[in-house]
Amino acid sequence: MGDPALSRRGFLAATAAAGLGMTALSGCGGSDSGTSGGITTVEWWNISTTEPAKGVWASLAKKFEAQNPKVKLKIVQLENDAYKTKMTALTASGKLPDIFHTWGGGVLQQQVDAGLVKDLTDSTKPGADGLLPVAKQAYILDNKTYGIPFDIGMVGFWYNKALFKRAGISAPPATWSGFLDAVKKLKAAGVTPLALAGKESWTGMYYWAYLAMRTAGIDALKKANDDKDFTGAGFVEAGQHLKDLVALQPFQKGFLGAAYSTPTGQAASVGNAKAAMELMGQWAPSVEADAGKGIGADLGFFPFPAVEGGKGTVTEVFGGGGGHALRADAPQAAVDFLKFFASETTDAELVKKTSVLPVVPAAESALTDANLKLVQAQLKAATGFQLYLDQAYAPAVGQQVNDSVAGLIAGSKSPADVTQAITKTAKEEQ
Amino acid sequence: MTSTYLPGTRSGPDAAPQPLPRAGRARTRRRLLHWLTAMGFQLPALVLFGVLVLLPILFALYASFFRWGGFGMPSDYTGTDNFTRLFQDDVFLGDLWRCLLLVVLSLALQLPFALAMAVLLNQRIRGRAVYRMLFFAPYVLSEAITGVLFGMIFAPGDGLADHLLSDIGLGALGGKWFSDPSTVMATLFLVMTWKYFGFHMMLYLAGLQSIPAELTEAATVDGASPWQRFRHVTLPLLAPTLRISVFLSVIGSIQLFDLVWVVTAGGPDHHSETMAVTMFQYGFKRYQVGYASAISVAMFAVSLVFALAYQRFVLRRDLAGATTNMRGDGA
Repeated sequence: MGDPALSRRGFLAATAAAGLGMTALSGCGGSDSGTSGGITTVEWWNISTTEPAKGVWASLAKKFEAQNPKVKLKIVQLENDAYKTKMTALTASGKLPDIFHTWGGGVLQQQVDAGLVKDLTDSTKPGADGLLPVAKQAYILDNKTYGIPFDIGMVGFWYNKALFKRAGISAPPATWSGFLDAVKKLKAAGVTPLALAGKESWTGMYYWAYLAMRTAGIDALKKANDDKDFTGAGFVEAGQHLKDLVALQPFQKGFLGAAYSTPTGQAASVGNAKAAMELMGQWAPSVEADAGKGIGADLGFFPFPAVEGGKGTVTEVFGGGGGHALRADAPQAAVDFLKFFASETTDAELVKKTSVLPVVPAAESALTDANLKLVQAQLKAATGFQLYLDQAYAPAVGQQVNDSVAGLIAGSKSPADVTQAITKTAKEEQ
Repeated sequence: MTSTYLPGTRSGPDAAPQPLPRAGRARTRRRLLHWLTAMGFQLPALVLFGVLVLLPILFALYASFFRWGGFGMPSDYTGTDNFTRLFQDDVFLGDLWRCLLLVVLSLALQLPFALAMAVLLNQRIRGRAVYRMLFFAPYVLSEAITGVLFGMIFAPGDGLADHLLSDIGLGALGGKWFSDPSTVMATLFLVMTWKYFGFHMMLYLAGLQSIPAELTEAATVDGASPWQRFRHVTLPLLAPTLRISVFLSVIGSIQLFDLVWVVTAGGPDHHSETMAVTMFQYGFKRYQVGYASAISVAMFAVSLVFALAYQRFVLRRDLAGATTNMRGDGA
């Protein structure tokens, strides 16, 4: 070629382009913890990007460093969705941070299966044994402890006592037929019984998941995922119960297009006393007050009712929380930090300042909010625990549950269609 | 042997290659140099285009033959399974149907409306600059903001649209909008028209202004009615602009994503889902990247077939002279 300048420029462009491609492909660095000069640096990846948690966590890290002068904590904070994506990439590359946020369940199981996570069973005794049983359940896999929780919560019905009174309902229903009666009474009194965010399909999934827990039972939910078969009679029955509810037209006007936390969404409907109930997690009161006006002392909580003839009981809870796990060869300092973070003093501070529910039973006294106390009482008395399905199952299966149940609620899918679609997706994921 | 004479065959003992004339050889060398120079200039752009555009397309095609979660290299080869699944997937078939619906609605309603507005605003009327700006303004707004805005306006019961309707006594008409399977596409099309007609109107206005006034005047002198002037003078001369506008509109409908994602996320119950939304769901929510790649390949194929056919059969005349080749005669 006659012109070397041109080819050089071409070469530069190629190098630049290749460089871009490489950056996009790799997309992540490893964690560079290590010991230098006797100081151990420990990386701590979490998703507490908002105040007050962000500040409280930073000050806790300082406190730990002061107690352990040879340890330095490096905090890396990522927003929830970004964190999930990044962790998927890091898991694939086999390099996890020293301490990382986890929701337990299926994702943690995958990481454990790949040999990337430290077994904490012996090193965190006896502290971990004293934690609230439902709180630590998601992190115990094959009878070994792989994570330590700092938060726990559950889903249940948040209801407006004043509207219940207006409809002549004296006590929250404890059975599904009682619940359907309450819905009818509310409708008869001209009150919208339930608020639902049809645009965000996870909100509808809660109904199906709880009904499946009550009819087929928690063990069946686990077994169905292991066997890739959700077509059991209990699951079809769960869908039928949900269909019965939908047939009463209990949801607010235009619920199929409603979002969850917008000013016209599900939480706002309850927060502005336009709907009597919503099935939501422990964060519901704050979102109701944020998106709507909030209904103050009128707000009450009752657990998802039992279904007559079903295998489950009213004391089995559906929920999840947050915890930390360690990479397989994380230094001892990381274990020490988890112990510190799950200590009574730390937990009490977290409960007081960041309004999480206590995972250390002794930290309960720090809880002041009446609604959260109700939830806490349920959690303490829980006889079984089912983790949020999108965390317990592979992402595609979790999404399929959401999607199919949304179809059931919109009237385009039958209860059997739902179980078949989930089974099909579960089989594809093998 | 009895051989048929083929023109141009140079094989055989008595068909020795003719020595090229001197001038011919020089021309070949000049052409080669020419080609090399052109290549040299093109190389950087070609490399960038290759790495950033062609390679990802080819990779998506490759990945569409695998069951792949998106990390590491695809290894679980499944043949054409993803495509078989695609054409049995009710949601994807629905996507195709909705795509066609939007294309037809755009061509039948949105573009004629834009044309009417353009013709209107091409007249000498007071404040036409203001109108032009007003109608064009929605196009400047980002799709995401448009989505949030209309999500609020069409909020069932509480939104501006329902309040207005009930104020004028037509409250019974409202309340559904984006939240009912039967009305969601119509509402979506309404928003799309609001957003995009101004853009097409601007294209037409530019086209209209390049039509010499003498032609319409001559037609008037010959006694043509306003409709005849429009039908036989304006419209034929506006044809190149119309063809481009149709092209942009169709491609836009095929690739529609952001507006739908923000305002309905494809719901309720998939009734406003587009191919791009389905692809996003599978690729980034379910991590079934192989299947999502198959959707993107299908989308690419639909766009490509349309684009090629349209250029070949409709845009041919408009493109004549716009393309260049090595001979420089523009054919």
